[in-house]
Amino acid sequence: MIKHFFKKLGFSSAPFAGGIQPDMQKWTESSAIEICPLPPLLIVPMKQHIGQACSSLVKVGDHVLRGQKIAKAEGYVSVPVHAPTSGKVIKIEEHAIPHPSGMGLASIFIEPDGLDERDTSLQPITDWQNMDVGALRERVRVCGIAGLGGAAFPTFIKLVQDQRNPIETVILNGIECEPFLTNDHRLMVEHSQEILHGMKIIMHMVGAKQGIIAIEDNKADAIQSMQDTVDDANIEGLNIHVRVLPTRYPQGSEKQLIEVIIGKQVPAGKLPMHVGVICQNIGTTKAIYEAVVLGYPLTERVMTVSGDAVPNKGNLLVRLGTSMRFIYAQRGLENFEGLQILHGGPMMGERLRHPDIPVIKSSTGLLALSQDFFKQAHAVEEPCIRCGHCSEACPIGLTPNLLADHCRNEQLEKAADYHLFDCIECGACSYVCPSHIPLVHYFRFGKGQAAQVRREQNFAEASRQRSESRDTRIQREKDEKAAKRKKVRATHAPTPTEAEQGKE
Amino acid sequence: MLESLMYAILALGGFALFSGLVLAISSKVFHIEGDPLSDKIDALLPQTQCGQCGFPGCRPYADAVASNTVDVNHCVPGGERTMLAIADVMGVEPKAVDEEEATPMVAFIREDECIGCTLCIKACPVDAIVGAPKQYHTVIADHCTGCVLCLEPCPVDCIDMIAKPELLEHWSWPLPDTQRAQTGLERRESHHHD
Repeated sequence: MIKHFFKKLGFSSAPFAGGIQPDMQKWTESSAIEICPLPPLLIVPMKQHIGQACSSLVKVGDHVLRGQKIAKAEGYVSVPVHAPTSGKVIKIEEHAIPHPSGMGLASIFIEPDGLDERDTSLQPITDWQNMDVGALRERVRVCGIAGLGGAAFPTFIKLVQDQRNPIETVILNGIECEPFLTNDHRLMVEHSQEILHGMKIIMHMVGAKQGIIAIEDNKADAIQSMQDTVDDANIEGLNIHVRVLPTRYPQGSEKQLIEVIIGKQVPAGKLPMHVGVICQNIGTTKAIYEAVVLGYPLTERVMTVSGDAVPNKGNLLVRLGTSMRFIYAQRGLENFEGLQILHGGPMMGERLRHPDIPVIKSSTGLLALSQDFFKQAHAVEEPCIRCGHCSEACPIGLTPNLLADHCRNEQLEKAADYHLFDCIECGACSYVCPSHIPLVHYFRFGKGQAAQVRREQNFAEASRQRSESRDTRIQREKDEKAAKRKKVRATHAPTPTEAEQGKE
Repeated sequence: MLESLMYAILALGGFALFSGLVLAISSKVFHIEGDPLSDKIDALLPQTQCGQCGFPGCRPYADAVASNTVDVNHCVPGGERTMLAIADVMGVEPKAVDEEEATPMVAFIREDECIGCTLCIKACPVDAIVGAPKQYHTVIADHCTGCVLCLEPCPVDCIDMIAKPELLEHWSWPLPDTQRAQTGLERRESHHHD
């Protein structure tokens, strides 16, 4: 109610509920994208997206070309993996990936031959306007495109025309609300043509009439660049607009952005397509353009290398599979003692234990922060003082302090009643908490425990079914045997003489 | 006088007859197979069919708990969480579990030593071992409940129990390592064991 009152007075310009305004620290916003040199070794994990892991198509000693498919998708929610450059497969074994567990995953190790030869088996499609939508979708899938904004959800799944949920609006997410990160920003400044081309392909594929490029007002040059490109393109009579939004975190979150743009909330448990919208990330859109028009699978991405401990901050075009240690070394950072390294932004990214981890499709940024910078997050957790800041900051309208209590005490059903599973883990509550309660960490713990319970229940149910069917099978076999014996006895009833012979 | 008495007897008797009829019919129509309490408990058990509770499977233990003849704390693989859930259903005080919860294990057959006798296949309560006479047998790790019932019948001792492989997809966040989260955890644990 207080929030409502403030809104009326015009104190808050927030178009969605909650949110915060962190110090954006976009130190690299004016550094042009540089090409990161090829490392001496590329480590390509067989899963770089949300969904099922791929299975290898190559063996040790094989020579591969850039863009050649080296691991095939397994299952529907999966996309293939491609060789980031030409070279030789030297081994296939488990290697650490960017994951909070620090665990590893089967990866293909490629030694580049320096020639960077491309696999040209995929033909460029220039007249995509006249192409079958299904064929375009297949192209996006075989090119291994997954959301480059950090979630890495296979993109082709979203690019679908559904009669029941027609897509009216395509939103291009140029918000980039995470502090430090500037990769989408630079892409919009330097590659606006390709991005717009990619957007037209997406609109054609989903049959949308309207396209909106959403950019926050702290990126003046990106707004200018996209606006100029759109002005030129609108001669063709396409309904594409640039929308400038006030800077606010987490506006780049899909559901919040949709609420701001079309004024409708995506219901809990539903997808943006259910309100007639799809959102695409800037980098993903450029990747779709390259996949369709140039025939290039996803083998590289732009990422921001920043943080107060990095001497030479910047935006780099990096081959997937490049070791993070190699990237830091390129930017003048070699000693990691006392530093915190983060994969992704400071709000939603994950802390890494060491930099010997390859870049994957979801790597939006690489940060290295000194201990002083990180101190705030390391402060001791104090009891909740019921100030309510977290509830005001929550963009979903949850009550994080109560939710954290339930998660801490493993009262998972209660946590679910408080809509634990609607939490987007944006970190706004943890950011504002004066008691330094690691709220999002508690939510992740709670979600993990709930998933564990569900897995155990499913396993128990499956075991029960197997056990029961085994019991019925054994009973049936017994009955059959008994019936058979009875039958044999009835037809071949031993005559007295036979019985006597049997005795002998 | 007599007439009004007759009316009363007829009315009440008729009503009693009608009610009896309704009850008799509904007891037939809405008859519940089995014991719902025991079903509820069975649903909470991990279904390993391991027999560590002293009963030949999860269902028999559930029946025994439901009939109040045994304690709620005999399911070893279920651990504390299962014990608490059963105690909650039965409305009794929680009791410490017999043994500490161990790391989840699965059986593994050293195939080059297997003689193909099928004894382990017959012993497996959840059909998690495949093979045929005189052929190597193998354990389907995803289906194995780690009940160890296959170890004893094996005449050549070629079955090992190995730690269930940890999957990246099954990893979950631990509690934060803040003092508050950890003391809460300790308090909870000591409370359950009292």
